[in-house]
Amino acid sequence: MSYTGSERILLNSQREGQVSRFRVWVMLVVPLAAILFQVYVPLFFQFLGFVEMPLLVVVYFALMRRNQVHGLLVGALVGLAQDSLSKNPLGMFGIVNTLVGYFSASVGVRFDVDNWVIRLLLAFFFFAFHQSFYWVMARALLAQQMAFEVRQMLLIGLLNAAVGVALFHFLDRLRESA
Amino acid sequence: METFLNRYRNITVLLLVIFAQLVLLAVQVKNDQDVRMIRVWTVTAVTPVARMIEWLRGGSSGLVHDYVVLRDTHEQNVKLRAEMDRLKLENIFLRNELNTADRAKALAVFQAHTPSKTLAARVIGTAAGTNSKVVFVDRGSASGVQRGMAVVTPDGIVGKVIAAYPTASQVMLITDPDFAAGVVSQPGQVRGTLKGQGTPLCKVDYVGGEEKLQVGDWFYTSGDDRIFPRGFPVGVIKAIHPGHPFQEIYVEPAGLQRGMDDALILLEGVHQEIPKEPVASQPVYIAPALAPPADTQARVQPSAGTEADKLRAQYKALGDAQGHKFGEGLPGAKPPDFNLKLPPAGTPAVPGLSGTTKPATMAPAVRKPPAPPSGSVPATQPASEKPPATQSPAPTPAKPPAPAAGTAPATQPASEKPPAAQSPAPSQPPVAPDGTAQRPNSQ
Repeated sequence: MSYTGSERILLNSQREGQVSRFRVWVMLVVPLAAILFQVYVPLFFQFLGFVEMPLLVVVYFALMRRNQVHGLLVGALVGLAQDSLSKNPLGMFGIVNTLVGYFSASVGVRFDVDNWVIRLLLAFFFFAFHQSFYWVMARALLAQQMAFEVRQMLLIGLLNAAVGVALFHFLDRLRESA
Repeated sequence: METFLNRYRNITVLLLVIFAQLVLLAVQVKNDQDVRMIRVWTVTAVTPVARMIEWLRGGSSGLVHDYVVLRDTHEQNVKLRAEMDRLKLENIFLRNELNTADRAKALAVFQAHTPSKTLAARVIGTAAGTNSKVVFVDRGSASGVQRGMAVVTPDGIVGKVIAAYPTASQVMLITDPDFAAGVVSQPGQVRGTLKGQGTPLCKVDYVGGEEKLQVGDWFYTSGDDRIFPRGFPVGVIKAIHPGHPFQEIYVEPAGLQRGMDDALILLEGVHQEIPKEPVASQPVYIAPALAPPADTQARVQPSAGTEADKLRAQYKALGDAQGHKFGEGLPGAKPPDFNLKLPPAGTPAVPGLSGTTKPATMAPAVRKPPAPPSGSVPATQPASEKPPATQSPAPTPAKPPAPAAGTAPATQPASEKPPAAQSPAPSQPPVAPDGTAQRPNSQ
């Protein structure tokens, strides 16, 4: 881990990317904590309701693991758990988070995901993808007429990206050392 | 395969997971018609494929069945032809049944309106002999049938009974070479003798060469033969060959034109009026019974029928005047005085001799009629059995009856016809020798 964000953004090859490993309890507790955060924290702090903590966790694990199957499975499980706690049918968040995990892992292979700028951009991009794809699915599959405020989405995306950078930095401490 | 899975492992897993979650989603979600999406998607995904598969299967099967495998075609063709033949026969049978029903209905109408007492009979067989035109009917002497009785249909005469057995009778058809009947033409009132030829056409003999007849004229029974009452249609002239001293006239029998499955046996024949119009040109119409005016009943007198009828009536009147009953005296008993001078007709001194009370029917009308057998319909009460006050004398309809094919050519019963329209036949004398009014158009 001798990379520095100021030196390189793209990796020359997949071998240059180092796969981060996490303990099992981290892989279980962190997503669960993210879901609980989204469920309970807004009850007490409504201004934190914009934070898409499960999404950020999925992006982080997918980016750091650099494994598409791992990323999509994490996304599917987190999404289904998120669906279970929502009023939506099972699969809405599951499908979206699956795609997010898959694409995050795919991106993590090419980018230096330890760069905070990359993390910020990726967090913003996947939040926008998450919101947009969910809106499409809600209209297509559930025939729900959801409002789609681009400005609000972009603003919240930026906030989530910022939260994501901080979260990723925190989660970096839970990685197993090589 | 392993290489392929390894190469596309990630995308395959992605698709599987996405698909699994889509299925999970579809199980839960319903569309606007309250149908789960899993059903909608499944049907939408399956039916086009099934339709295409069925199209391919049907096309292939049809191609093979219609063009390749023709093994059973001939057998099926034979079977279908046999089935078609059977259906044709069944169709013919049903048509015959329907025709029989129509004839039976026409027969019933005719039977109900003819003044003669009739008995319905059905042909049950034919007699042996290639040229024989004899059939058996299902009514015999047990039903009151006797030898010599006429057999008619609503279309005309068809034959006469030549033998009566207890349960069946033998009827000689009008086309039999031995058949003969007295006929009279209409119009023209030309008399002749109808004879069977063994062919579909009958011949009318003894028509003088000077008589004016033409093809299309009708012949009716004249009543001279004591078998067929007057006025029944016989047939229409189909050919006339001039000759001397007699013409050769060929007549197509009207009574056999539609076959002879059912017929009526005249148990007690009553003379009828000869229609002035050809039977075929008249519409079907059976007028309701008309009550004659009371003041005209006394002036109307029935006809005496044939010469034999007149003679019989005269003898009966003599017997009644002397209190003698024919057939009851023992051999050697004193016969009635046949030279007794009777008062003229209309004198009330001797009841039963005047025209208003004397029966003017044929012989069966003056004798005691046999008990009506089952199936027989007494069309009218014989004139001799009616009370004088209501007896109807000389029946002549205001309008000539209009018999047509399938209908009763019979005129109205004697008691139902007003006398004002009487039209005596030109060939008949207006007054009978016994003094009774002779009305050839009535009984």
